[in-house]
Amino acid sequence: MNVRQQILVLYLATSALDSEVVGWSAYDGTGRTSPTTGDSDEPPYASGVDALRDGWRLFQAAQLIPPCPGGEYDVSFLKHEFFFEKLVDVGAP
Amino acid sequence: MTHTLEHTSNIPLLSSVRMAHFVAHGSLRLDAVVPPEMNAEGMEVLRAGVPEVPYGSCVPAAYPAGSFVRRLLELPAVAGALRSLVGPGPAVDHHYVHLREPHEGRAQPLHADAIIDVRTDAFDVQLMYYPQDVTLDMGGTLSVPGSHLRRTNESDTGRYQNLRGQSRLVCPAGTVVFLHHGLWHGGRRNDSDAVRYMFKIRFNPTVRQRRLWDTSDLGDPRVAEELSTTFPWYEHATGRLEIYHRVLLWRALTGDDSFDLDHWVTRVSNQPREETV
Repeated sequence: MNVRQQILVLYLATSALDSEVVGWSAYDGTGRTSPTTGDSDEPPYASGVDALRDGWRLFQAAQLIPPCPGGEYDVSFLKHEFFFEKLVDVGAP
Repeated sequence: MTHTLEHTSNIPLLSSVRMAHFVAHGSLRLDAVVPPEMNAEGMEVLRAGVPEVPYGSCVPAAYPAGSFVRRLLELPAVAGALRSLVGPGPAVDHHYVHLREPHEGRAQPLHADAIIDVRTDAFDVQLMYYPQDVTLDMGGTLSVPGSHLRRTNESDTGRYQNLRGQSRLVCPAGTVVFLHHGLWHGGRRNDSDAVRYMFKIRFNPTVRQRRLWDTSDLGDPRVAEELSTTFPWYEHATGRLEIYHRVLLWRALTGDDSFDLDHWVTRVSNQPREETV
């Protein structure tokens, strides 16, 4: 097997893996596709669990970190970030 | 005297409803407000390039009377929106001609311009002018409605490729869009055969941004409706904080410290000091 990673990042509405997708990114280690900024208005999956059902393997979820004192009302990055992978056989090296 | 444009006292100012729309969305779109003959001229001006001007220049110094950019800024719809957002006599922060080359294969990462900006009662606006029809495959500007109050630094948001409810600009020639300086945006990949042009000017206010628009409709229920807008990409919890910050910005812009939406700010600032008797 000569495999490469495909990475899918889903941003969910809450910290629950079965909540709905609000944002998404993809990176393709096979070089077969070139996902980029602003290339689709439709998410690839409705929720994080839907990605699992399609064979994506979750390998990282954002920690739940309390806000810093004084920063409880700040709005900044999306909090509920989930990283998935698929391993794809790209054939002979 | 550094002021210009405001001598035309009959320019169409924004209504409170449209101002509230800007406060919620972080942008204001004016479709095809530049006439075709100016757009043809604009294409030539942008191809030739627009010389830099010093940071903080007043409009008359940056763009002499009769010049293309000055005439662009004097179009009533443009002048009225600019006056409503940043007031008379704004300073030109900088400007830039943006090109997206055909089939260049890359998009800009999602970003806010400049560095993280924590001002709560003032904002810059960025005028973006599109002299040609922009189709979806030409890589029109991507922007994320309602992202302007987030405290992020420049392209630290570059990891985000797509968000629900994002805006991928498709517009007729002569369209002008005003962005709050904090709005997440980026030039999309141009998959067409044509060069895509956009001219950006960033303006700094030189007066307090309070009731600069036509406030005769300040009590219109649609003001609160606009300010209550939520966007599909908002997380459930943080989306509520967005409403909180929007209330604070509307209070700053109107001077009305009693304004609220569904008690969001009132309840968390309620600290009675009266002793029981």
